[in-house]
Amino acid sequence: MRIVVCVKFVPDIQSDRQLGPDGRVVRDGGDGTLNELDENAVEAALALAEEHDGEVVVLTVGPDDAVDAVRKGLQMGADEAVHVLDDDVAGSDAIGTARVLAAAVRHLSADAPVDLVVTGMAGLDGLTSLLPTALAEELDLPALPLASSLTVDPDARTATVTRRLDHATETLTADLPALVSVTDGLNEPRYPNFKGIMAARKKPVTTLTLAELGVDPSTVGAAGARTRVLEAAPRPPREDRVLVTDTGDAGTRLAAWLVERKLV
Amino acid sequence: MTATPVLVLLDHAADGTLRPPVRELLTLARDLAGDAEVHGVWAGGEDVAAALPVLGAQGVTTVHRLVTDADPHLSSVLADGLQAALGASGASLLLLVSSFENKEAAARLAVRTGAGVVTDADGVTLQEGQVVAHKTVLAGTWTTRCAVTAPSAVVTVKANSVAAQDAAVPSDPRVVDLPVAVAPSSTRVRVVERTEHAASGRPDLGSAHVVVVGGRGTEGDFAPVEELADVLGGAVGATRVATDEGWIGHDAQIGQTGVTVSPRLYIGAGVSGAVHHRGGMQASGTIVAVNSDPDAPIFEIADFGVVGDLFTVLPQAAAELRRLQG
Repeated sequence: MRIVVCVKFVPDIQSDRQLGPDGRVVRDGGDGTLNELDENAVEAALALAEEHDGEVVVLTVGPDDAVDAVRKGLQMGADEAVHVLDDDVAGSDAIGTARVLAAAVRHLSADAPVDLVVTGMAGLDGLTSLLPTALAEELDLPALPLASSLTVDPDARTATVTRRLDHATETLTADLPALVSVTDGLNEPRYPNFKGIMAARKKPVTTLTLAELGVDPSTVGAAGARTRVLEAAPRPPREDRVLVTDTGDAGTRLAAWLVERKLV
Repeated sequence: MTATPVLVLLDHAADGTLRPPVRELLTLARDLAGDAEVHGVWAGGEDVAAALPVLGAQGVTTVHRLVTDADPHLSSVLADGLQAALGASGASLLLLVSSFENKEAAARLAVRTGAGVVTDADGVTLQEGQVVAHKTVLAGTWTTRCAVTAPSAVVTVKANSVAAQDAAVPSDPRVVDLPVAVAPSSTRVRVVERTEHAASGRPDLGSAHVVVVGGRGTEGDFAPVEELADVLGGAVGATRVATDEGWIGHDAQIGQTGVTVSPRLYIGAGVSGAVHHRGGMQASGTIVAVNSDPDAPIFEIADFGVVGDLFTVLPQAAAELRRLQG
């Protein structure tokens, strides 16, 4: 079974994240990392590959630093890494990114069929959650998003997931090849161990350009984006803040404050 | 763009009642439509009759009822239907309530139709004929305004972003059946099982105006959290720790990977304010925190912070509110 995991390089969520004047997330500063939720995707792929004797390819689209995201995937145990690196990708929205990733998955499929594409449920930078389903649509694959459980039956060639929505819980199944996005409730990602880190140094990272993928640069990146940030500003600090230490009447004071502020 | 109708997906429960945020979206749609009409799209086999009084009060002129054998809970089928409704209504702007299912359909629509899509907007305006979506990003720390440059726009809007108001002039909505030709590829996913979550008697967490949240500090006793929520007519939420410990169902988890909330009033009790939780609630209107640890990070973003024991502060606040409310 051949599994492609799409991962993203994002600013560390614990860091002071910023938007630039163009409204894009500032991605330099050296505190970037593999999107935490994508670690669950890599883990899911590795576990399936171990169970069903498969191989895992980690794939990313992004600037030079983004190679760190696929390197982390290799350290965790992925077999191969692909990095789509092209200046014309800069400024892509989720739909443009899906288009580039889809081209890369098709490129990989030419070597050997891809049975499963796995992604995290969202990137912790933009948090749009659009990418998984947009990618399935681009690849014309059935989508099983937001998996909190995932099983693959290699004989029947099906994947089955359970997902929890606001108002219902669903079990969905589809024939392979398929796309699955996973939540952080699915598994506990493994930490790369020393052996994995040493082995990752020897594993190849293939770099691909849009031209090699046959993607028209005008359809992706800032040129192809269908939305444009007009303005981005840090949210003003909250004013008139009250901090009290309870000396016996804090509950009463809180109630009075809520009434005074017309919040009840 | 204003000359065309604005289309709104009419999310509803299994009994045909509209989800509360739909009224907010219809109010917004009326504002954006100007002289043009507001249309709704109804997906699913439920009877639309129960929703018509609300839709009429909101001034909706036409409801496009999708007719298909396929399961509209599948995002690909819903996208087929929404695409058909965009065509039938002539709308160039579609508004949906922000939910995972709706965002899945929005992504598909964007790929299929070339529409520009913005998710989790907390406001939508028109500027020189372009749809401009307002949203809070990076865990509530930045605000942005984002213009849709494509000819059509799909925007998912968070609950509590707009104050719902009835139209000045009510309408008598026309219900039109819209047969949907479902693409063969849209039914490749099969729904093996679907279980609706039991109603709690409290408002939905995702759309409640008031949310009271319990964290590690409750040590598993949610009674004071529930009591205060009920006095305030609010929903009960929880942190990841509280759900992982099994103190409350996973449905209640608030955070970047759980439910994202932006109520008018958020009250966190025994919640430390870890970054993942903040990402799911920091856009709330007013934030109150009660925690015995004065160094808890949630105090950095709280409008009203109490360093104290939630087991005394919450019941006292609930009792005082009951007294003030008579």
